[in-house]
Amino acid sequence: MIEALQFDFMQNALAAGLLASVICGIIGTLVVVNRIVFLSGGIAHAAYGGIGLAFYFKWPYLPGTIGFSLFAAMVMAAVSYTVKHRADTIIGVIWALGMAFGIILIDMTPGYNVDLMSYLFGSILTVPRSDLLIMAAIGVMMTVLVAYYYQDLLAMSYDEEFARIRGVPVKKLYFGLIGMLAVTIVLVIQVVGLILIIALLTIPPFIIEKYAKSLVQMMWASSLLGAVFTVTGLWFSYRFNLTSGASIIMVSGVVFLISLVVDKIRVAALKGR
Amino acid sequence: MTIIEIKDLDFAYNGEAVLEDVNFTVRPKDFIAIIGPNGGGKSTLLKLMLGLLAPAKGTVRVDGKSPQEASPCIGYVPQNVHANHSFPITAIDVVLMGKLAPKNRWSRRSAATRREAMAALERMEMEAHADKKIGILSGGQRQRVFIARSLVARPKLLLLDEPTASIDTKGQADFYRLLRELNQDMTVLVVSHDLLVVSRYVKSVACVNKKLHYHDQAEITGEMLETMYPCTVEEVCPVELVAHGLPHRVLMDHEK
Repeated sequence: MIEALQFDFMQNALAAGLLASVICGIIGTLVVVNRIVFLSGGIAHAAYGGIGLAFYFKWPYLPGTIGFSLFAAMVMAAVSYTVKHRADTIIGVIWALGMAFGIILIDMTPGYNVDLMSYLFGSILTVPRSDLLIMAAIGVMMTVLVAYYYQDLLAMSYDEEFARIRGVPVKKLYFGLIGMLAVTIVLVIQVVGLILIIALLTIPPFIIEKYAKSLVQMMWASSLLGAVFTVTGLWFSYRFNLTSGASIIMVSGVVFLISLVVDKIRVAALKGR
Repeated sequence: MTIIEIKDLDFAYNGEAVLEDVNFTVRPKDFIAIIGPNGGGKSTLLKLMLGLLAPAKGTVRVDGKSPQEASPCIGYVPQNVHANHSFPITAIDVVLMGKLAPKNRWSRRSAATRREAMAALERMEMEAHADKKIGILSGGQRQRVFIARSLVARPKLLLLDEPTASIDTKGQADFYRLLRELNQDMTVLVVSHDLLVVSRYVKSVACVNKKLHYHDQAEITGEMLETMYPCTVEEVCPVELVAHGLPHRVLMDHEK
């Protein structure tokens, strides 16, 4: 691993992975406790519609994709906020539609076609410096926002009704959270791919949730765990010449299974006492 | 002087009247139970008092103000003490939520606030569990934490929605004794199914079944029940009435 770091692309890959881990640790914690994992998946897939649009109309990548994803995300937020019990179905529809829309637009775009695989798994080994800077800026911005609204987010996530009574602007906060989630997903997708982002959003926070005593703890511990997964996965990928994104996810998945077993044993031990 | 004043209130949900022509005043230091059949509008009435719902017609005033303005002086204990047991939060942090005031975001966690939260936990005899995760506490303990959360803001009015649902029978008696103690400092309003327990501890009773009937004493009369729980052939009567002498005693029919 040390000798691998002599290469520029490895350094960038490592930096991208670590930044993605931190961003996903913070936002993923909120995603898991608010149970909007499915909605996150919906945004990530619908984002492909934005990529198609950007290609077809020759728009710059980021504004086009973020614009479309924000639109899709706000529709999903509105549905999940007003008709909770029907939300999953409608999110599923937007999920599929967005993706199909993107694929058709790319089919219709003459000349070079983007590879669906690079969208799914990203291209962490070819991340340019400029993308790293954008990710770092977003990471800082999000940390500040989450820190400022921490108490409100905590109250909303734990007991929405009580938060409302105490005057927390629940509606604004919810739409804000999902808007932030959409921007995050689009930016990190082009670096690490949609599958890795969903894995990093959900697996570390889920493992940590049982042990953490507060949301902050869950956020930094998830970031740390995500970083460990990323570094280990990258090492496997380098050592055995495997796809980097998939290696990182395999590492996360194995630890996830181990944590489930450990938890079963722990609960059994507590009961046996 | 009244703590709650509801005038000519109507509320409809999806075009169907839930509450009609409700007039209701509660005097300070009252200990009042709101009873009535499921779907009779008890919870809706509570949500109107909390400002979570707005009436279609009429007014709700709490402590002379709108429910939103009065929010800092209302303590609220919700019905379900949350199902997500692995949520990363400790008992003391749940109590601190009661101090939430979105207007001053940065100055929220002073040592003084923490002491207040601790004092509220002590009052509920839960101080030993302050740093435990809320999910590992028992239903009854969690209930006490939630009451501590509502007390930490020093409310004038305490609203509880079906508070004994997660407590066993012995715990329920203790629980109502506790409410009676709290009632020395504040108005207590409890929504409940449990007529028998309620009638033993409260000072007055209001029956809600679309309309509201207020009864100034802690007794439930047959006449009151007949108007509140009309039993037709289509409906299954939720309550069986056993009335002999005064005050009337009411027994719940639990076999459903």
